[in-house]
Amino acid sequence: MRFVFKTHYDQDINLAKHGGHVFWYGCLMLMLLACPWLLAEYWLAQLTFVLIYGIVGLGLMLLAGFTGQFSIGHAAFLGVGAYTQAVCTQAGLSFVPALVCAMGLSAAVGVVVGLPALRVKGIYLGIATLSFGFIVEEVLARWESMTGGNAGIHIKAPNLWGQEVSSDQGFYYLCLLLAVASTLGVLNLLRSPTGRAFVAIRDSEISAQSMGIHLAYYKTLSFAISAALAGLGGALYGHKMQFISPDQFSVLQSIDLLLMIVVGGLGSVHGAFLGALFLIVLPQLISLSKDALPDAIGLAPGLQSLVYGVVLIAFVLFEPMGIHGRWLKVRTYFQVFPFYRRGLFKRQKTFQKSDRLR
Amino acid sequence: MSDTLLQAHELSVHFGGVKAVNQVSFDVRRGEVFTLIGPNGAGKTTVFNLISRIYQPTGGHITWHTPQGMVNLTDRPAHSVAQLGIARTFQNIELFEHASVLQNLLIGRHVHHQTGFWQNLLFTPAVKRSERAFRAHAEQVIELLDLQHHRDSTVAGLPYGVRKVVELARALCTEPQLLLLDEPSSGLNTEETDDMVFWIRDIQHELGITILMVEHDMRLVNLVSDRVLAMNQGQVLALGSPSDVQNHPDVIEAYLGSADDVSHLRRTPP
Repeated sequence: MRFVFKTHYDQDINLAKHGGHVFWYGCLMLMLLACPWLLAEYWLAQLTFVLIYGIVGLGLMLLAGFTGQFSIGHAAFLGVGAYTQAVCTQAGLSFVPALVCAMGLSAAVGVVVGLPALRVKGIYLGIATLSFGFIVEEVLARWESMTGGNAGIHIKAPNLWGQEVSSDQGFYYLCLLLAVASTLGVLNLLRSPTGRAFVAIRDSEISAQSMGIHLAYYKTLSFAISAALAGLGGALYGHKMQFISPDQFSVLQSIDLLLMIVVGGLGSVHGAFLGALFLIVLPQLISLSKDALPDAIGLAPGLQSLVYGVVLIAFVLFEPMGIHGRWLKVRTYFQVFPFYRRGLFKRQKTFQKSDRLR
Repeated sequence: MSDTLLQAHELSVHFGGVKAVNQVSFDVRRGEVFTLIGPNGAGKTTVFNLISRIYQPTGGHITWHTPQGMVNLTDRPAHSVAQLGIARTFQNIELFEHASVLQNLLIGRHVHHQTGFWQNLLFTPAVKRSERAFRAHAEQVIELLDLQHHRDSTVAGLPYGVRKVVELARALCTEPQLLLLDEPSSGLNTEETDDMVFWIRDIQHELGITILMVEHDMRLVNLVSDRVLAMNQGQVLALGSPSDVQNHPDVIEAYLGSADDVSHLRRTPP
């Protein structure tokens, strides 16, 4: 077991809390950098999707896991980002300015969608964002002069300062760079007053307000950041798919995103990437196991949805803290071996909550 | 009066037909402990919620006196009350449950943050400096209230008595001039209540913070209060020193009922 002897406040402020963090995240980074040589083309593409979904998950995690505002229309921001990227690159913009446009427009739309959050919360906010998702999907399908309608639209390979990134390896590194940058940005926010304000709003709006936190500003900000990250993910998604159509940004995609962060572990940055890994790997596992299963099950339609549903229910019932929560338990088990007890992670139930005053 | 810090003038709030607070006027002087007492439903917490701008008064106003001049609190949005230097605790504890004690205290420093969003995103050296300063201040409060042991625990796992203290600590982290304590001793045992008496005196004398308090425990009220305001059914009954107020006939009537009320209940001797 590791005992961290704290002698300076910076040890709590720094991202790496001790040498172990530096070592293990360094190893992870080296692994990720070496992946183009280690993995076959197909698996590298899947890993690229993990990074892309991880970025989107990061945004949704900030909104749902840290600010407590649930959005069931997040695929819409993905769509706004992807389509903005497509239109901008077709207009001749290179990758970076187009990406700034995609993120900026998504953030602006996020601010607009965040407005109902100032009035409604919980399930009502979910429904407001859900209907927003439908509106965006419909707009993408109907605004044919701009989006190409249901026929979809092609996106060229990203153009970085005149250099076309057409290889899978190059695009993978681009995604890795952006994923690392977004993660660092989110981690920085979370250890600064902005992130603490988000957490305060999640846990008690009434006392956050009494601590001087401007609820409207921080809720809108959270929506904007979340939408911008989804827009960034959307733009990369578009480049990776090379072809986008409105049905890729339907409500099912939104639910997938929500599933991703719940399974990954609400309220942890790790959870966003673990959830993305889960979301990408599970369909692969299902299709691999299809051959081994009897035909009656293996070829049954809707097998994937069924497995998704069962996994989600199982997580909510048995591991509400998601994959990350399970990982913490496993890690603690080995750290304190043999002194782990079952109740170590039990939270005391609080029955007393003051009336929420509204 | 130059030493007035907060003044409520004919403050009223009606919910439908219920007059929760009706024409209440009082002033809190700089440096004193001012206590509101009264039976349940007297409107004490409502007065607190009016001061922290959770409710909008239907009549009257609250003024906040600063060396620079007077501020009409009733024009201010709720989140700016903390910036003026008014911090509060809640009757039923409103901590940030899934954050550690330290994080809760750092949220208390929110009003003092100077760094903007982009600086925070990049965690510039200025942000790091301000984080260190926040932490140093939070540590002072931790030391004052003996919370060292619980620094890194999640609030959700703490017992009730400790949470009460954490909430007090969080309010102190905002460096307030006026501290609103809503029933600081509710749910505490005698030993913890004694600690609370000690801390309230410390906060008043050492830190020079004015305290406005709602409290039911008359022992605590007598020990720490400079002045007491008794309320019933939204109206002021009496204002004065703790002993004066407790011996005031209207206050006795509000708590115990008047002598006439009970006389007919007495069994007449045969």
